Amino acid sequence: MRRYSSAFFKTGLFAIALFCFAQASAQTDTTEVDLLSLLGEEEPVTNYATATFKTTRVINMHSVENAAGGVLDFRISHRFGAINTGAYDLFGLDVASMRMGFEYGINDRLMVGVGRSNVNKEADAFVKYKILRQSSGKKKMPVSVSWFSSAVVRMTKWEDTSRTNYFTSRMYYCHQLLIARKFNESLSIQLAPTVVHRNLVKDSTVMNDVFASGIGARYKITRRTSFNVEYVYVLPGQIEDMYTNSLSIGFDIETGGHVFQLHFTNSKPMNEKGFITETTGSWEKGDIMFGFNVSRVFSVGKRQEPKE
Amino acid sequence: MAITALAVTSTTAQKYFTKEGNITFHAGTSVEDIDATNTTATCVIDAATGDMEWSVLVKGFKFKRALMEEHFNENYMESNTFPKSSFKGKIDNISSVKFTADGTYKVKVSGKLTMHGQTKDISTDGTITVKGGTITADSKFFVNPADFKIEVPATNKDKISNKVEIVVSANLAELKK
Repeated sequence: MRRYSSAFFKTGLFAIALFCFAQASAQTDTTEVDLLSLLGEEEPVTNYATATFKTTRVINMHSVENAAGGVLDFRISHRFGAINTGAYDLFGLDVASMRMGFEYGINDRLMVGVGRSNVNKEADAFVKYKILRQSSGKKKMPVSVSWFSSAVVRMTKWEDTSRTNYFTSRMYYCHQLLIARKFNESLSIQLAPTVVHRNLVKDSTVMNDVFASGIGARYKITRRTSFNVEYVYVLPGQIEDMYTNSLSIGFDIETGGHVFQLHFTNSKPMNEKGFITETTGSWEKGDIMFGFNVSRVFSVGKRQEPKE
Repeated sequence: MAITALAVTSTTAQKYFTKEGNITFHAGTSVEDIDATNTTATCVIDAATGDMEWSVLVKGFKFKRALMEEHFNENYMESNTFPKSSFKGKIDNISSVKFTADGTYKVKVSGKLTMHGQTKDISTDGTITVKGGTITADSKFFVNPADFKIEVPATNKDKISNKVEIVVSANLAELKK
């Protein structure tokens, strides 16, 4: 008897359950059920800002972008002569300054590079480290911040051979904090408080330590091209009067593994201490140069993801 | 008794899910390999109705080459604007799949695929494999980037296929509420 009632009860419940189920399915037909919502709230993910700039330079200045881990970036920077030299030099195209660089991402945060410029026969080496990455979502960070340091050795013959010349007199250093924010898909702005140290300067009227601030911005015109502008303000009274602040405007054009940067600038040197403290061109007089940077990347090492 | 009854009900209306589904695509040509994998796709399948839904974060696709990944997100998928791709559809022959009996069941799936903000109807074949209580769903299909308004510049037309192969594979677990 007991068993019978139990079975009866069970069947009854089953019928009710079936009825409920039928109701539920009937509902499915009228209102669409979002199956994925059954999994509950999605776990928030950290969304890092990528491609704040198209490449590792804004124009002359380093950007917060690095070569990714295991990627070799072969880079040729080229500046023609001043446009106001006129038709004789074909508006500067007869004259050329260049820097050739090999730059490598040790991991996604740390990159190193070496380069050689024919301007003053200078070799340079640099290290750049991503300290903070702009992000939204789970972890929030309003800006990306990178540390940049470079050393330059000038290899021209000594001007004054009558005095004792030390190798250290050939050395120059530059340290920068690169602070950038990608405001939206198009606009990114970077600030760069900078100090340049020069072991040897002309005389005591100029400083060994030069404080400056760079500002750079890019605005995307299409998905693969952008308009860039960059200015370096050197606090007054630190460098010779013949030197002026660096101002450059240009375009980035990206084609697969290449980035072409075409620009007009009043700076001939292409390393940091050079364009920050030794810019001679004047925009008012048309003493500016056409130039380009070409970057070609090669994946040579194994890709390493940075730790969260 | 009541518990038994509920158990019976829940078997009838069983749902399966994963948060670690694999989605791989091959978009390259003979000129260049373009492959990427995402291992965090989410999926829910309703065994009773055959309804299924997939969702995947576009930024979760990992490439061998970092620059390719950047271009994928920045220039092609525009993943900041369209962070997710999804599929909402149905297993048309769900009645032929026995989730409680071991076996490999061929299924036909149709529904709406949304990528890059564009939605398109697709249908494809797949298999559901039941083995010792574990359920695996597999499928393979092709999409044309142009159908989803993903522009390929003329210079890259020889590198990016107009028949991108998408391979989906997921181990599904019972969804307990």
